[in-house]
Amino acid sequence: MNAQSKIASPPRKKLVVIGNGMAGCRAVEEILEREAERFDIVIFGAEPRVNYNRIMLSPVLAGEKTFDEIVINPAQWYDEHDITLVSGDPVRTIDRERNAVIAASGRTEQYDKLLIATGSDPFIIPVDGHDLTGVVTFRDLDDVDRMLTAAEKGGDAVVIGGGLLGLEAAHGLTLRGMNVTVIHLMPTLMERQLDEAAGYLLRQELENRGQTILTSANTKAILGVDGRVVAVELEDGSRIKADIVVMAVGIRPATALAKSAGLDCERGILVNDHMVTSDPDILAVGECVQHRGLCYGLVAPLWEMCRSLADHVTDQPSGYQGSVTSTKLKVSGIDLFSAGDFSGGEDCEDIVMRDAARGVYKRVVLKDDRIIGAVLYGDTADGNWYFDLLRNEQNVSDIREALIFGQAFASGGALADPNFAVAALSDDAEICGCNGVSKGKVVQCISGGAHSVDAVRSQCKASASCGSCTGLVESLLAISLGDEVESGPKTMCSCTSFTHDDVRRLIIEKELKLIPEVMQELHWTTPDGCSSCRPALNYYLLCAWPAEYKDDEKSRFVNERLHANIQKDGTYSVVPRMWGGLTNPRELRAIADVVEKYDAPMVKVTGGQRLDIFGIKKEDLPAVWGDLNAAGMVSGHAYGKALRTVKTCVGTEWCRFGTQDSTGFGVKLEQATWGSYMPHKFKMAVSGCPRNCAEATIKDFGVVCVDSGYELHIGGNGGIKVRATDLLCKVETEDEAMQICLGFVQLYREDAHYLERTAPWLERKGLDWIKAQLFDDPERIGRLAARFRTSQKYWQVDPWERRADGHQRKLHSHLATIRPELEDA
Amino acid sequence: MPASDKPVWLDIGPITQIEPGMAATLPVEGGEEIAVFHTMGGNFYALINKCPHKQGPLSQGIVHGDSVSCPLHNWRISLKNGKALGDDEGCTPTIPLKIDAGRIYLLREAILPGKSSPFSASLAA
Ligand code: SRM
Ligand SMILES: Cc1cc2nc3c(=O)[nH]c(=O)nc-3n(C[C@H](O)[C@H](O)[C@H](O)COP(=O)(O)OP(=O)(O)OC[C@H]3O[C@@H](n4cnc5c(N)ncnc54)[C@H](O)[C@@H]3O)c2cc1C
Ligand code: SF4
Ligand code: FES
Repeated sequence: MNAQSKIASPPRKKLVVIGNGMAGCRAVEEILEREAERFDIVIFGAEPRVNYNRIMLSPVLAGEKTFDEIVINPAQWYDEHDITLVSGDPVRTIDRERNAVIAASGRTEQYDKLLIATGSDPFIIPVDGHDLTGVVTFRDLDDVDRMLTAAEKGGDAVVIGGGLLGLEAAHGLTLRGMNVTVIHLMPTLMERQLDEAAGYLLRQELENRGQTILTSANTKAILGVDGRVVAVELEDGSRIKADIVVMAVGIRPATALAKSAGLDCERGILVNDHMVTSDPDILAVGECVQHRGLCYGLVAPLWEMCRSLADHVTDQPSGYQGSVTSTKLKVSGIDLFSAGDFSGGEDCEDIVMRDAARGVYKRVVLKDDRIIGAVLYGDTADGNWYFDLLRNEQNVSDIREALIFGQAFASGGALADPNFAVAALSDDAEICGCNGVSKGKVVQCISGGAHSVDAVRSQCKASASCGSCTGLVESLLAISLGDEVESGPKTMCSCTSFTHDDVRRLIIEKELKLIPEVMQELHWTTPDGCSSCRPALNYYLLCAWPAEYKDDEKSRFVNERLHANIQKDGTYSVVPRMWGGLTNPRELRAIADVVEKYDAPMVKVTGGQRLDIFGIKKEDLPAVWGDLNAAGMVSGHAYGKALRTVKTCVGTEWCRFGTQDSTGFGVKLEQATWGSYMPHKFKMAVSGCPRNCAEATIKDFGVVCVDSGYELHIGGNGGIKVRATDLLCKVETEDEAMQICLGFVQLYREDAHYLERTAPWLERKGLDWIKAQLFDDPERIGRLAARFRTSQKYWQVDPWERRADGHQRKLHSHLATIRPELEDA
Repeated sequence: MPASDKPVWLDIGPITQIEPGMAATLPVEGGEEIAVFHTMGGNFYALINKCPHKQGPLSQGIVHGDSVSCPLHNWRISLKNGKALGDDEGCTPTIPLKIDAGRIYLLREAILPGKSSPFSASLAA
């Protein structure tokens, strides 16, 4: 490996360094420390200044530090060590034949050893207008000066990129008095360092500070007037005013010089464990290199690289092994830490602690009893401790239980048992902050007969509000009762200790409006929930906040995401609405055309009085819907936890026994309620007389017409467990029947658990409870119906129409087709 | 290392084309359709788009953590190794995937087995 180093009272060799940045200078420091006399040193720097701490540019921008305060090596240091600094003169050529470098000014230096430490170049997205005056990057002091000049005039700043750099730039510009908008391509800020939960907390905090954060936003162009930037245009057509645009979308290792010298490069300059490039006389270090397949963008790895490099050139090779990195955001008042692989997974175990009252989220990821990743928000005191455990691959099974509480807790030996720690608390220690309940009170309550978390909640209110102390209450139960702790009512899923009812109540009480917000405030124990709680939360939120909530497609079961029923072969079936079971030649013709045009293998009359077209491919769905829309047909929601069908019979119009217009009323009911999402599917029927040909008495809401009016029935089910309806009431007019239908539907929507049909719901709550809710207070039913109508204003839209227009086309198309290339192609 | 021994990676486009929590599909001519997943935690995985139970299209399931729940009968499949989780048994083949400079790459050899000629990925219109 080191064949080239031959030492025999050597004459001083010449070391030339390209790059007067953090890695280049640190490497020189490390070498001087080992052997001060070994080299004559020349350092070239493109920047016209001495070596400074680049990471502190953020505090300089924010006004928290001056340039003088961030200089690492002042001019005097170069003098003391006889180093020639050639600043403001970038090297243009490396001539490997002659072992020389040539700078822009023409200055040429011979070398025995050459060190390339050129760092990275900020990446500039090549949109129209990227070269306008006022578009800057964030990499060196000149960039900071440009930003400060712009900030002096105030106005609007747009930062493109919501990663570490972008957010630090946004923070600085905000403090300098600019009105800042951050545009980020991905849905979560700093998605490479943060999981969704922490990204959400960060976003909230930045918004509270007055920044506008636009996620999932793609920059289309930068607009200018007279060569100066004036606005940024997004893909969706919206425009944001801008007096300055900071591009902070990423960095690229600066390899141009090395490449043109013929050194092996991939993303970065390829180096071995001793930081030697493909030319044994040339070393490289810092962000410009690629070591064992990785390029780094943080300083910690550079320090380690510089040590191995110095060991190598002074003939005591050690070898760099690669680094594990951790990240902190340097925005004052925001504590955020992430390290390692926190993406989790099957063979991993997540320990999550959320303390909504303090705005804290902590997550530690374990694999084989070792920490492999950590994300901390709001309380980062233990970041370094977790990072140490991670880097040392220490087995943490002994302290597993108390790990998430931090070092102070977990390293206490006996204290490692959280029950023990709780037992050690004094009687007046506060357990529940929200309701001011002391440990003494909780223990008293337990000895008074409350033997489950739920009983404790209802009797002394501990953990009944935000729930962050549920763990403490559980510990107290365990200490006081041992094995006799009763498990309470079933929780929503294993991600939470709350029941469906708790979650629904707290969403309203605490005005929770997004899935990650619910998970944070209600202390979810998983980072992003599971396939049971995500769809449930999506429904609860859209029901609670119909006007504001934006449907979360990734939390929908496939049928509701693709607005069709998936079949066993992966194709889909399409059921358009046929109001009340009525149809006409135009609709039938459109269906017949679709069947032929898309080669649907089967059409069938369903049990719900309409037609089902089978075997449609997901790619064809939008076109099929477009054709059906053109004939006036909308989605039948045969796939949805939503209103399905309203079956009718022929009624007074044709039937010799009919007593009312059952067909017409069925159509009206369907037109009022279609499109509304429900806890489960919801079916209705209207029969024209008690012979009940529409089978109204096995429907969720059934109407049986009689001479004197309408009998309204609820809670029927014809499925797995047949249940005939209960009679709710009898009314005289269609209007009354409609009002009660809407009130009942809304009561079910607001109260039932997700995936609970009306039949089991009714049995759980009791017919009397439902009657009381609907009729005790005469105003109540009107309010329920009004809330239903409000919701329909926003949700009664045909999902097919938007898809046929190209919305969410991605869901229906393939990314690409992979095909073998033809031999002769 | 001689060039011919190097694994060949197929560029299938930027990571931004799949939102977190979602999946996308790539049909393979003469092979099995592939599903590429982007988890909420930011990981990418590629698997054959078939559930080990009854061939349900995994790409259409709900993605949570590093697993997907099959859309047909709700088996939970690990995206890391394709194995069915919990009490169920079975395994879906995985395709080696790497991310480089914001783009997704799949290992060519794993897609069309055998010593087939070089092939390309052509983006669907
Ligand atoms: C198409 C249809 C059968 C038919 O060819 O007639 C049908 C087909 C399916 N039914 Fe049904 N049900 C159909 C009418 C019924 C009826 C009859 C009715 O509505 O009058 C019932 C009994 C009434 C009831 O719901 O109370 C019925 C009770 C069920 C059940 C059991 C529900 C229960 O509460 O026990 C399920 C399972 C479920 O929903 O979880 C189910 C589930 C299904 C699913 C969605 C299975 C699935 O999850 O994929 C089937 C979808 C096939 C498809 O791709 O279209 N289907 N299903 C009928 C469509 C009606 C429509 O126009 O929308
Ligand atoms: C605003 C900001 C904040 C940051 N915050 C953090 C943080 O909090 N934590 C963290 O770990 N990292 C942070 N970083 C990243 C960190 O600064 C870099 O990882 C580190 O500076 C890389 O060191 P380097 O020597 O490889 O590159 P640099 O420090 O960029 O040094 C390279 C030098 O080479 C010069 N050069 C390039 N080409 C030539 C040439 N042909 N001739 C002569 N000279 C040339 C460049 O002008 C530059 O001065 C931050 C970066 C920025 C910009
Ligand atoms: S009865 Fe069973 S098999 Fe028939 S459509 Fe309904 S769910 Fe499918
Ligand atoms: S096919 Fe996937 S669970 Fe049955």
